Amino acid sequence: MALDNQKNREFKIVGTRPDRPDGLDKVTGRAKFGADAYATGMLHAAILRSPHAHAKIIRISTEKAEKLPGVKAIVTREDFSKKVTGENWNVLENVMAGDTALYDGHAIAAVAATSSLIARDALKLMEVEYEILPHVTDVDKAMGKSAPVIRAGASDKSVPEGLHPNVVRYHESGHGDLSAGFEAADLVIEDTFKTEATHQGYIEPHACLAQLGGDGKGELWCCTQGHFHVQKTCAALLDIETSALRVTASEIGGGFGGKTAIFIEPVALALSRKTNRPVKLVMNRSEVFRATGPTSSTSMDIKIGMKKDGTITAGSGVFRLQGGAFPGAPMEFTAMCAFAPYNLENVKQIGYDVLSNRPKQAAYRAPGSPMAAFAVESIIDELCNRLELDPIEVRLKNASREGTKASFGPKWDRIGLVECLEAAKQHPHYSAPLKKGQGRGVSSGFWFNHGGETAVTLALSEDGTAALSVGTPDIGGSRASMCQMAAEELGISYDKVRTTIADTATLGYNEVSHGSRVTYASGLATIKAARDAVKKLCARAAKKWNIDEEAVIWEDGFAKPSGPNAGDFEPIPLAKLTKSMGRTGGPIVGHFEATPEGAGVSFATHIVDAEVDQETGRAHVVRYTVVQDAGKAIHPSYVEGQYQGGAAQGIGWALNEEYIYGEDGRLQNTGFLDYRIPVASDLPMIDTVIIEVANPGHPYGVRGVGETSICPPLAAIANAVSNAAGVRLKELPMSPVRILEAIKNKT
Amino acid sequence: MNKIHVNTSVNGDNLEFLCDPRETLLDALRDRLNLTGAKEGCGTGDCGACSVTLDDRLVCSCLVLGVEAEGKSIGTVEGIAEGENLHPLQQKFIEHAALQCGICTPGILVATKALLEKNPDPTETEVRYWLAGNLCRCTGYDKIIKAVMDTARDLREAS
Ligand code: FES
Ligand code: FES
Repeated sequence: MALDNQKNREFKIVGTRPDRPDGLDKVTGRAKFGADAYATGMLHAAILRSPHAHAKIIRISTEKAEKLPGVKAIVTREDFSKKVTGENWNVLENVMAGDTALYDGHAIAAVAATSSLIARDALKLMEVEYEILPHVTDVDKAMGKSAPVIRAGASDKSVPEGLHPNVVRYHESGHGDLSAGFEAADLVIEDTFKTEATHQGYIEPHACLAQLGGDGKGELWCCTQGHFHVQKTCAALLDIETSALRVTASEIGGGFGGKTAIFIEPVALALSRKTNRPVKLVMNRSEVFRATGPTSSTSMDIKIGMKKDGTITAGSGVFRLQGGAFPGAPMEFTAMCAFAPYNLENVKQIGYDVLSNRPKQAAYRAPGSPMAAFAVESIIDELCNRLELDPIEVRLKNASREGTKASFGPKWDRIGLVECLEAAKQHPHYSAPLKKGQGRGVSSGFWFNHGGETAVTLALSEDGTAALSVGTPDIGGSRASMCQMAAEELGISYDKVRTTIADTATLGYNEVSHGSRVTYASGLATIKAARDAVKKLCARAAKKWNIDEEAVIWEDGFAKPSGPNAGDFEPIPLAKLTKSMGRTGGPIVGHFEATPEGAGVSFATHIVDAEVDQETGRAHVVRYTVVQDAGKAIHPSYVEGQYQGGAAQGIGWALNEEYIYGEDGRLQNTGFLDYRIPVASDLPMIDTVIIEVANPGHPYGVRGVGETSICPPLAAIANAVSNAAGVRLKELPMSPVRILEAIKNKT
Repeated sequence: MNKIHVNTSVNGDNLEFLCDPRETLLDALRDRLNLTGAKEGCGTGDCGACSVTLDDRLVCSCLVLGVEAEGKSIGTVEGIAEGENLHPLQQKFIEHAALQCGICTPGILVATKALLEKNPDPTETEVRYWLAGNLCRCTGYDKIIKAVMDTARDLREAS
């Protein structure tokens, strides 16, 4: 799909900042999120969770709970399909434990009752007999000889012999001759880095309202990044037909990848089927922390060689990621993103996916990439420091560009890394003087971005307005950009388009809102669907004028004869064509259904100033600038919002946030008080620079922007903090204790 | 357990409801009075998504019991706009793109409205500290702070 000659295209609506269409709903409290749905006769559900990190489930006694007045049904693993295989089996095993509890917080059983208080009371009456098994929650320990085997036989064919059975997948990529490369270097640095697991931390806990009859037909309302995926998975887990379950996506209170996974919906459906009543299930915050998607924790060995002039001669990385008790830690992404910003002749990366007794990791904004950047960019910073080189010049010197070979194989298409680095270099932030006790850090970051299955329809109304239906939940204002793109193509005003997130019965399959794909893929689909509608509009005009369809063009919302040869006719506006459409051939609807594959990758460079209190070890970000390639910013305010949000999450990850497990394998910080995400008083304003290097794979040049924004922060902040503290920090989060210890050990 | 009868006023309307003594004010608002504008992000007083005013005091409604609403007057996000006219804060939040997912927005609007009534000319630092109990995971707060400062400026100029 070629880029339109968009360089010359003058946009009227794209690139402006109109009010979002759902703004009113969201500032008045009218918007309906996951927990805001109610149904008559509704029951409330609650889930019983394992208090053990690893334990055999010997017996579940529910008799006492069943006798509690108001309790209507209890489900266990028995109530789900016995036929699922592959990843669906993993999902089911996570949704409801089989014979073993695999982590603290693993679901064991669930109850539906006439009130949520009764449901919670019923949990206390359920008795589970466990046989406690040895556990492991640390990634390095989980690979060690004495580690308990979490799931025998879970490894796939990629794993070399001789590794612990907890290593379930293995990745290797790269090219060139590493030893020759390191030989050619003037300085080689090798070190180990660690990052703790963090949670996506969306403010809205998972919630759903389910109705399923004994006839296998049902309705489901839930907060999810992908209701088609929920539909397909729930159907499999409950052994019903996919199309018989209609899923509607509620407004979603944040996801960041964590709501691409499925946790409670199948449970609510199973309870509803058993009671033949609607069942509402809402997680509390502690359940969100214990049982839903944190990211992987990592342990990484990096080695990089550099010449005195800043040329990187070789780079290698070993990336060990634990993803909980299930395969799927995104170690291949970590490995592939690690050296992506650099054009290296000699590079190699190895990844290990390791099981541990923790919750099943879920995607978190550019899954796997931020940690890789932290490790690699820390060493690059150290090399620059020791060789007394400018960190941006070094990054420019070695930058990946169009035509160079990526560290993981392919040749780069048109990419915007150099433009980001140049803009960062020119930015006043980069040359601003630092105060005493402050340090500056820079880092680049990379994310692939994604296309994915997409279906869109655009129905024109008789009054000349357009109803656009998309299937990708709007997490951060995407309806605004969809309206802009549709209006741009149709030549009507922004407020004449209404965008709805259609349910699963209305549209073809849409992959989840992930991979920064929405503005790219649903956007592309919207443009194509609008063009399809335009073609049909032109055909109606052609019919009226009695000329060839090809002789009609569409301009600024009017059908016009293509030139003097086509004939001399008065242009017809869209609203006039739609007014008569019932008589001229029926409703006019534009469609697009495909799997676009031209998602352009996105690079970013961040500049951070941090201050370190040498006495308390507290680090504080005092200035932050994000420079990122958006390809084309459809609604710049929401692009900036993505940049700022990613940076803020990165600050939390770098400085505060971590999963803390006790010796007993239980998660110790299951609330926002102890798992501290950045609050308003922790952060400075976050400056943004939008670079626009058009993506050749999108008609307007759009690249996804949601994920790349979290790739550089860990490294940029670590570099700033290390430069301020005068010692290299190698472990995240850089809590006051860790910083103090590093300062102490330095002297 | 017997339910308790509570008389209260919400956004100026006299209302009554029955609730379990263990239910929070947030539960009562949402489940008994169908006012779902206040959200539960944590239930432990840490996120501010459930912010309401109780006799003009800003509180986390998840930390107040439903029965404590007896004889009090409560203000929620649903009461901020006047008919079809949005409050200037609401307008500025939309204009500045100060929300992404919008789950934190009701609590933040209730909290900032309370701030501006107390302090019409807050500094950026004052706004940041006032809002330190209202978590937003999407925006990094930048556009929220700007929207609040801009509203305060407009309101000062208008008065
Ligand atoms: S729900 Fe009340 S503070 Fe979070
Ligand atoms: S806008 Fe999503 S939490 Fe604030």
